[in-house]
Amino acid sequence: MTTAAPKRELPTRHAYGETLVELGREDDRIVVLEADISKSTQTYRFAEAFPDRFFNVGVAEQNMMCMAAGAAICGRIPFVSTYAVFGSMRACEQMRTSVAYPKLNVNIAVSHAGLTAYDDGVTHQAVEDLGIVRSIPNMTVLQPCDAPSTRKAVRAAVEIDGPVYLRLTRIAMPILYDDNVDFQIGKAIRLRTGGDVTIVAVGDMVFQAREAAERLAAQGIEVDLLDMHTIKPLDVDALLDSATKTGAVVTAEDHNVLGGLGSAVAEALGEHCPTPLLRVGLQDTFAQSGSYGDLLRHYGMDASHLVEAAQRVMRRKQ
Amino acid sequence: MTTVSQPGIKDTTQELARWARLLRYDTLRMISNAASGHPGGCMSMAEILTCLYFHEMKVDPQQPDWLDRDRFILSKGHCAPILYAALARKGYFPVDELRNLRKIGSFLHGHPDISTPGVDMTSGCLGQGLSAAVGMAMAGRIDRRDYRAFVVIGDGEMNEGQLWESAASASHFRLDRIIVVLDFNALQFDGTVHEVSNPGDVRGRWKSLGWNVLEIDGHDIPQILDALRQADECRGRPTIVVAHTIKGKGVPFMEGDYLWHSLMDNDLLTSFVKEMHDELQRDPDGFDADRLW
Repeated sequence: MTTAAPKRELPTRHAYGETLVELGREDDRIVVLEADISKSTQTYRFAEAFPDRFFNVGVAEQNMMCMAAGAAICGRIPFVSTYAVFGSMRACEQMRTSVAYPKLNVNIAVSHAGLTAYDDGVTHQAVEDLGIVRSIPNMTVLQPCDAPSTRKAVRAAVEIDGPVYLRLTRIAMPILYDDNVDFQIGKAIRLRTGGDVTIVAVGDMVFQAREAAERLAAQGIEVDLLDMHTIKPLDVDALLDSATKTGAVVTAEDHNVLGGLGSAVAEALGEHCPTPLLRVGLQDTFAQSGSYGDLLRHYGMDASHLVEAAQRVMRRKQ
Repeated sequence: MTTVSQPGIKDTTQELARWARLLRYDTLRMISNAASGHPGGCMSMAEILTCLYFHEMKVDPQQPDWLDRDRFILSKGHCAPILYAALARKGYFPVDELRNLRKIGSFLHGHPDISTPGVDMTSGCLGQGLSAAVGMAMAGRIDRRDYRAFVVIGDGEMNEGQLWESAASASHFRLDRIIVVLDFNALQFDGTVHEVSNPGDVRGRWKSLGWNVLEIDGHDIPQILDALRQADECRGRPTIVVAHTIKGKGVPFMEGDYLWHSLMDNDLLTSFVKEMHDELQRDPDGFDADRLW
């Protein structure tokens, strides 16, 4: 595991936009489709560099999703860019039928994951998308936590022969990894090794989990911390190894606890290795507008709540 | 691109009419066998599909993945049986496979999917086909390939919002290699298009978005061929051929009855298929008799 000391911050959507330009230079099969929010999704960078391979379809996400399918069938590698709410829900059936069913290499990159959309409010906070997308056959589902792992994820998505859903943040994320991070789809990254409790985190919640692990360490509790950047296919081996060792698991996701990482982990543990589990995330509620920090605190998703969850779940160990 | 003329058949129109009749037979027999399917809309597009596959489209069943081939998208995917009939008759797969429509293990799914030889796009969830054609045409433009993307849409599909998103995009990107044929039989699942949802001024809606709009009798083969030629010559904008058709065309008890959108009475259909079989077997020139199943 390679980590670097935090140097600066960057929204993962920026890393996506930058990587698209690199990819566009390297591979002329890459095309980018956009639904009128290119300055937000950062695809404007690709648009400037490769105007002939950039298609802004206007505010028409369903059309965009199926256009990408048509382009993929004709040998192109499309990236579809929009917000997670629209990519996973407005264009859900299009993604399922026209992209996932024929297993096309369409990469659906969506910004404004969960509460990272913060003061835009519920309309733009996707807290259901992981559950929806994860249940669609043939889909690969990713949420890297920082810019370097996002750059790797964007490249890995191209290599996957099938659709990829890539969840990105509106807000800046600290830089956790260095540029040589060993990011492999379906392989969790162990950020801390410990024997007392497992925390499995995804996306922006990786940073809350790191802080929680440090606080727990100060209390003498050693956390086994996994960055589960791939929600599907879930790294069940890494999860079971850790759960067997610690005997207690907490999941941390910026998403409803129904359907997302917590559910995926519960499914795997339930089938293979029943283990006390607490799922930290939105407790089946919509959030509201507010600052990101205030929202995490209010909905019980910040580092303090993770510390509490870890302590509680440890008490349930047999 | 015309298929080799058959002995005893005078001209292209007559030959295409024979193919259309055979596709009708294949389709009805498939639906009758499967005891499930959507015959009405298949019958209304028989001449349209025949003109595309047996005359207009540049395709090669020996090379189904040929990059320069014209693409076909059956956006009204519930009419898969007649597409399968056309593909089988073109030689993408044996006609015998048509016995397996909707059966487990067969690639003749209830609605089209790219896993079927010759099928260019998965479809069946209405309103999506034209969007895929826009993606195909833009890929073709980048690749400097001259293929066309043909789409057959149903009139019920005009209820779908996405159709109008894609109509705007095709025109916005000036994709003149897109040719849509609207199978305008004026009936949808629950009734006439006017009873279900106001279709408005159909010509006007497409025209206002910048499309080249042609209007024909969708059962008149010379009119279809002429419209497809005009569409091919049109530059700078996509073309829609509004083809007025009769739902259930060719099957007296089905014609104009929206209840036959899907299979209503399989005993009635099966006896009709038997009659049609006998009639085709008696044909004087052997065109049909040699091809019957």
